[in-house]
Amino acid sequence: MKRLAFALAFATLIPAAHAVEYTQVQSDKSAINFVYKQMGVAVDGKFRKFSSQLNFDPAKPAAAKASFAVELASVDTGATEGDEEVAGKAWFNTKAFPTAQFVSGNVKALGGNKYEVAGRLTIKGKVQDVVVPATFTAQGNVGVFDGAFTIRRADFTIGEGAWAKFDIVANDVLIKFRITASSK
Amino acid sequence: MATQHYTSTAKLLHWLMAILLFGLLALGFYMHDLPLSPDKLKLYSWHKWAGVSAFLLVGFRLLWRFTHRPPALPESMPKLMQFAAHAGHLALYGLMLAIPLSGWLMSSAKGFQTVWFGVLPIPDLLDKNKEVGDLLQTVHMSLNLLFVAVLAGHIGAALKHHFIDKDDILIRMAPRHSKEN
Repeated sequence: MKRLAFALAFATLIPAAHAVEYTQVQSDKSAINFVYKQMGVAVDGKFRKFSSQLNFDPAKPAAAKASFAVELASVDTGATEGDEEVAGKAWFNTKAFPTAQFVSGNVKALGGNKYEVAGRLTIKGKVQDVVVPATFTAQGNVGVFDGAFTIRRADFTIGEGAWAKFDIVANDVLIKFRITASSK
Repeated sequence: MATQHYTSTAKLLHWLMAILLFGLLALGFYMHDLPLSPDKLKLYSWHKWAGVSAFLLVGFRLLWRFTHRPPALPESMPKLMQFAAHAGHLALYGLMLAIPLSGWLMSSAKGFQTVWFGVLPIPDLLDKNKEVGDLLQTVHMSLNLLFVAVLAGHIGAALKHHFIDKDDILIRMAPRHSKEN
């Protein structure tokens, strides 16, 4: 029994010995995309610029922290006319609310390489709690987070006035991300 | 001499497409300059659905034409005019195929898939690419301007045949009057 306890203690030490904390987000290898439906047809877009802070040690997921600030004016809808429209008052109102912020709360390890990140999302002055599922794949000192979650644009008053109905632009917006980070 | 008419099917396709294509042209030129709004997106979808329909109709029409020889042009027509008439019709058919194709490719390149009546997805042949999308928009626009020019020639020629040459070119595409039969 003592032996087993020792072995277990030792086993838990091994990942700790290899522990790497991923903190440096590589923006050129990271992406924040979105997919929404326009008259039932999936259309995608992305945000070109965001800043982030990250502390993630796979051995200590509960201590992980992540925060993102996405520059909403860097939106790419695929059409210049669309980019200008969504930067405007009815959509993001980027003049008054230039960034969307995500700040992580609890991080749960679900086993394997799966995690669940609870957090707060602030867009256009509206705050919502979100739960973001993510996978983490490490290769040496570089790790990649992949995940997707759905928000409802109406929760953040994104698309007001003529756009408030969901017959043309659906309420659900899928946010997809890939964050590549390296250790120091 | 009795007028040799086109088949009823050919006439139906001709006039149905005439209405559809005038509608598509008008809608295309109108919606293009609208400020972005839900209505604009709706009109674009309708235009795309109607465009796919026109493409299918022209496909059927070509099939019909290959299997049902149209009545010959009157012998009174000079050879050069006969050649111009055939070239004009060839241009109309070519454009009726090329215009919806360019619209479909433009939609693909711009990242907005065409889904016929919101139900049947038409596969995207091109990847999303802004430059290619803008280029295809110019192509789609230019082909349509050319189409308007050829259409003006088509209608002008039909009216000239009817009112100046006083032959039966226009009549043979018109619905039959009961007294003629």
